[in-house]
Formats: sequence, C-alpha cells, structure tokens
Amino acid sequence: MIEKTVKIVNKAGLHTRPAATIVKLAAKYKSEFFIYRDGMSINGKSIIGVMTLAAEIGSELKLTFDGPDEEKACIEIVAYFERGFDEL
Amino acid sequence: MKSFTNIYKNSENKITGIAAAPGIVIGKAYLFTKEKLNISKAPITNSEEAISNFEEALKQSKKELNKIFGIAREKMDEVRSAIFEAQLMILDDPILLGNIEKRIKDEMVQPEFIVSDEISKYQELMIISHESYMKERAQDIEDIKYRIIRNLQKKRWQSKIEKNLIVVSESLTPADTLLFSRRESLGFVTDHGGLTSHAAIISRSLNIPAVVGTHNASALIKDGDTIIVDGFHGYIITNPTEVQVNFFTEKQKKLIEIQKGLEEFKDQPAVTLDGKEINLEANVDVTGEIDIVITSSAKGIGLYRSEQILNELGTFPDEDEQTVIYSKLASRIYPKFVTIRAFDIGGDKFRFSEYKEPNPFLGLRGVRFLLENESLFRTQIRAVLRASENKNIRFMIPMISTLDEVWRSQKIIQECKSELKKEKLKFDNHIKIGIMVEVPSAAVMAKEYSEEIDFISIGTNDLIQYLMAVDRGNDLVSDLYQEFSPVVIRTIDHIVKAAKHSKIPVSICGEMAADTLAIPLLVGLGLDSLSMSPVTILYAKRIIREFKFKDAKALANECLKCKTEIEIQKKVKKFFDDNNISRTRNIL
Repeated sequence: MIEKTVKIVNKAGLHTRPAATIVKLAAKYKSEFFIYRDGMSINGKSIIGVMTLAAEIGSELKLTFDGPDEEKACIEIVAYFERGFDEL
Repeated sequence: MKSFTNIYKNSENKITGIAAAPGIVIGKAYLFTKEKLNISKAPITNSEEAISNFEEALKQSKKELNKIFGIAREKMDEVRSAIFEAQLMILDDPILLGNIEKRIKDEMVQPEFIVSDEISKYQELMIISHESYMKERAQDIEDIKYRIIRNLQKKRWQSKIEKNLIVVSESLTPADTLLFSRRESLGFVTDHGGLTSHAAIISRSLNIPAVVGTHNASALIKDGDTIIVDGFHGYIITNPTEVQVNFFTEKQKKLIEIQKGLEEFKDQPAVTLDGKEINLEANVDVTGEIDIVITSSAKGIGLYRSEQILNELGTFPDEDEQTVIYSKLASRIYPKFVTIRAFDIGGDKFRFSEYKEPNPFLGLRGVRFLLENESLFRTQIRAVLRASENKNIRFMIPMISTLDEVWRSQKIIQECKSELKKEKLKFDNHIKIGIMVEVPSAAVMAKEYSEEIDFISIGTNDLIQYLMAVDRGNDLVSDLYQEFSPVVIRTIDHIVKAAKHSKIPVSICGEMAADTLAIPLLVGLGLDSLSMSPVTILYAKRIIREFKFKDAKALANECLKCKTEIEIQKKVKKFFDDNNISRTRNIL
C-alpha cells in the first residue's frame, strides 16, 4: 500500500469537475483508492463520496493506493492534484 | 381604453416580481411543485426482483438525464452543460450502487427506502459543511435522489405537463427550465431568483416572458388559474377580470404589430435622418442569445459578460475550456466582432474568499479582484488571446479606477502574448484592449485613460450608482438613481469628449442605452455605439431613423445646461413630440 499527502493548490478547490476527473482516473486502475479528510475515509472511486469533500485551497488530504497497479495509480492521481487540477 | 396605471391600481389580483424576460402572455398556470414523495419502507419478498426494478429505475433516470444533458449542450454549449455530467456519473457510482444493492438483499425492504436512506447520508455530510456551495451541491444530489425514487415508483412528471402553459414554481433548476422550454411553455413565474437565475437567463435567451422573485406566487396561484404575465413590468395578474383580459389582449396585439413593424428595419442601417450612422451592438449573457444577435442586425457584441460562464458552471473553467467557449463565440459571430469583458466578479461571489466584505460594491471587484488573483486573470487572457485568431475579439477590463490598474493589466497581457509566441500559438497580436468607465475616478481622468487604451465603454448602471452614491436596489433611496440627472449627462459628455480627443471609439453598454427615451440624447452627446439587450435593438433602430443628428446635438447642448433631472426629462420628451417619434415604452 502507498500513502501520500497532497495539498490542494488551485483557487477553486476540489469542486465538482476535478472530483469527476479524479473518479474517472481512479476507475482505470484495479487498486483501491481512498481519500482521508477530517477523520473520514472516502472511497475515491465513488463520485458521490468525493463530492462530499469540501477541500479548499491550502487543505491537505491523505491518499492511499492498494493493489496490483498501485504505483501507476498513485503517480497519475497525485500528479493531477499537483497540477492543481489543470487550473493553475 | 383604460390606461396602464388604472388597470394595475384597481387590481387586487396583482402579484409583483422582477421583470426577467420581456413579453406579455395570457394563459393557464401550471403549478410545478417538487412533489413530496411518499417513501415506503414496506418489506419485500423477492430481492432479485427489487434489484432489477432498481436497475430499471437507474436506466430510466440515465435516459432522462442524458436527454437534459443533450438539450443543455444544444442550448448552452458543452462546457457549461458539464454541470450535468457529475449527476450522470452518480448513476454509475460503483460504491453507491453496490451498497444499495447489498442493503436491499440484507434488509429486504423497498429499494426506494434504501435509495433515499443511502443518498441522504451523503447529503447530510454536505449540509453540515460550512461552505455554502456544499449546500447547493446537496440540492443537486436531491435532484438525483428524487429522480431515481420517482422512477422506482414509475411516476413521470413530464407526462402530466401539457403544452402551452405558464409554469409557476417556487424555483426552477436549470434542468427544469430547459425541459419546460421544450414543452413550449408560454412563460415562467418563480418565487425565488433574480435577473441572473437560470430561469431568467434561459427565458430571456429563448424569448419566453418571465417574472421571477415574486416571493409567494406559487402559494397565491392555483393550478389551472388563468394568469397574465407582464414580463415588461414584472407583474402577474391572477384570474383577470374581463376588462383586464381585454386590456392585455389589446396590448399583446399591439406588441405583435410593433414587432412586425420593426421587422422592416431589420436590414436597414441605424442611421439618423441626416445620415449619421450609430453602431447598435448587443449585450450577451448566454450563448443561447447569439442566435438572436445574429438575426437582430446588431453590428457585433458590445458586451459579453464572461462571468456568466462561472455562474452557470459554478467553477472556473481552465484555459482550454475557456478557449473553446470564446473561440466558438467568435466564430459564430464572425465577421462581426465580440467584446469580451474580463470576469467582473467580487470576492464575495466565490468561495475561495472567506473574508466577507462589509461593502462589496466598494470592495474587491472587477479588475481589483483580477489583479489580486493574477493566475486566474492570466488564464482568461491567454484563452481570449488564443480565441482571437480571426481578429474579431476585443477585450475589456471592468471597474478600472486608477491608471496603475490599466498599466498592470497591459503588462500581464503583454506577458501572455510573449508566452503564446514562444509556444507558437496563434493569436491576434493587435487585439483591441479597452476599459469600462463606470467609476467616477475613471470618468474624471477619461482623457489620460484614452491615451493608453483602444476603446472605452461606459457602464451606466454602476456609473450612476457611484456618481449618486445610491444603491438602486434599495427602495428607500432608489429614486435618487437618476439616468437623466445633469450629473450623469455631464459626466457622459466629459468621457465622450476625452475619447474623441484621442480618437478612440466610445460606447455605452449600460441599461441606459436600451432606454428608448435616452437614445436621442446619447446620440446627441456623440456616442458612436450603443450596446443593449438584443431584443431591444430594433426598437432603438426605429427611433434613430426618426430624427436628425443635428437636432439631437442641439438637444444635448441644451440638456448640458440644465440643473435638474426634471428639466432634462421635459426637454427629452418635448424632442420626441416635436419630431413625432412615438415613445415605444409608453405603448408597451
């Protein structure tokens, strides 16, 4: 299992569109993907779950990846966070 | 015939709201209530059958949403309609669906109860959030929840709606409004919402009369009541008397005649009797309005309020998405031009600003906000530049109040241009950059500004508010909002002279440009262009073709000497009478 902490860097935060993209990216991989925030764990393959996360600029989220393709999944999804959801 | 005021004064069956889309319509009301669904927790005996019912309901919901998504894309353009995409994805959410199916098997109760219970859990998480947009998001989820449950119960609200009704509702979601427009609804009346609500924007762009923000229309109007919607004044008459029906039927007829009469001006220029041509341009809020602009004989788009994209999307689109929006706009209007105004937003409108400004009108708005959020500004500038390849885009900066803001904006634009050159992306290197003059400090310094920029557009709504220090939304003082105040007329004159001195074009894009009474005076003051809602362009054209520029100039000179608004109004009205121009507004 891989664990990573990411920071929200785009102005608008984790709004609906990046939420949808994250879920789409996660769906490509077999590995389990979870997002942790304020003691909650959200399955990253669930759009309705990710939509409950109010993550504004500057907030930090813990991500975990677990499965056969966890490294690839981690690289792609973390990069998407780091690019500020392509909104920078 | 009874006069307008008498008809309203004597009517106790009048409901007042905000005039959101012009037009008059008489018809039967359809009271659209978000039905309170009765959710059954009854036990079931066959879980397989229940799950297959659930899957069927999902399929039907997807079908409905896809249809809405399709209409949205057709009427609103791809990026904006993406708002519906997340809703569609929820119908495929493996975790949510897995949990629901598991619970149906384990608990052996009606799937509608499980669906409601499961989705409500997520909604509660959103509602307890401090962020206000999360509450809206919970509302979106409510939409999906009800859709699935309704389909489980095999109810379809669409089938109940007959065509040609006036829709009355507490509020309307974008999906509702689009679907109703497809059912040939005659008009919209809502309790909530303002001029920029979805119902208002969509009805304007589709030419369907609408009155919004009535507070209680949906409680006062009953299903099947005959009602009259006056989208010019923001009134609704319920169960009208014969006199009222006759009055409005007459008005409707006149309106149709006027519109027919206006058609003949469509292909003629907006030129005064002595040959001065005025550019009539369109203000555009939504992409749907572009069709009207194209057929309206407008010279171009004098004001494209780009912040509307944000209102509809609820987020900031990235550079590529914005490029697509602007390119589409520019190529549809080509060879006419479009003036894109940079996002005119205040920090209070968007969630990343946690600071509540005590006085947002005097706060971080327009260019101040953009310079404060530079990466966002750059994203928009780059997108606008990338869309400017055909050289028919102009870019305009709102709320300028110091020269420094002009210089800083220009520097950023220059830097974006250099980047694009390096990236070998095509754009119009000579794109015209203009400013909105809507703050008194900019009006005073108009001459200095004119030397730095390519064009000026006067935003009269804000300019008047700031000049008179009056909030026109505040009933206690709104009578001080005076379009014809000598202060306003002299300030416009000052700006126009400054622009002429530097030989740059100057236009007006505030509501004053669409006030048919103001047109001769504005033309007389020397404005080259007037930008207004596309539906009012032909009215303006008709007036311009009925007087001489020479006389309008004399009118302006006289008005510049006046001391009070009343004096100016008298002169303007006399001008209409002397030149035998009928005042279109009064006919309406």
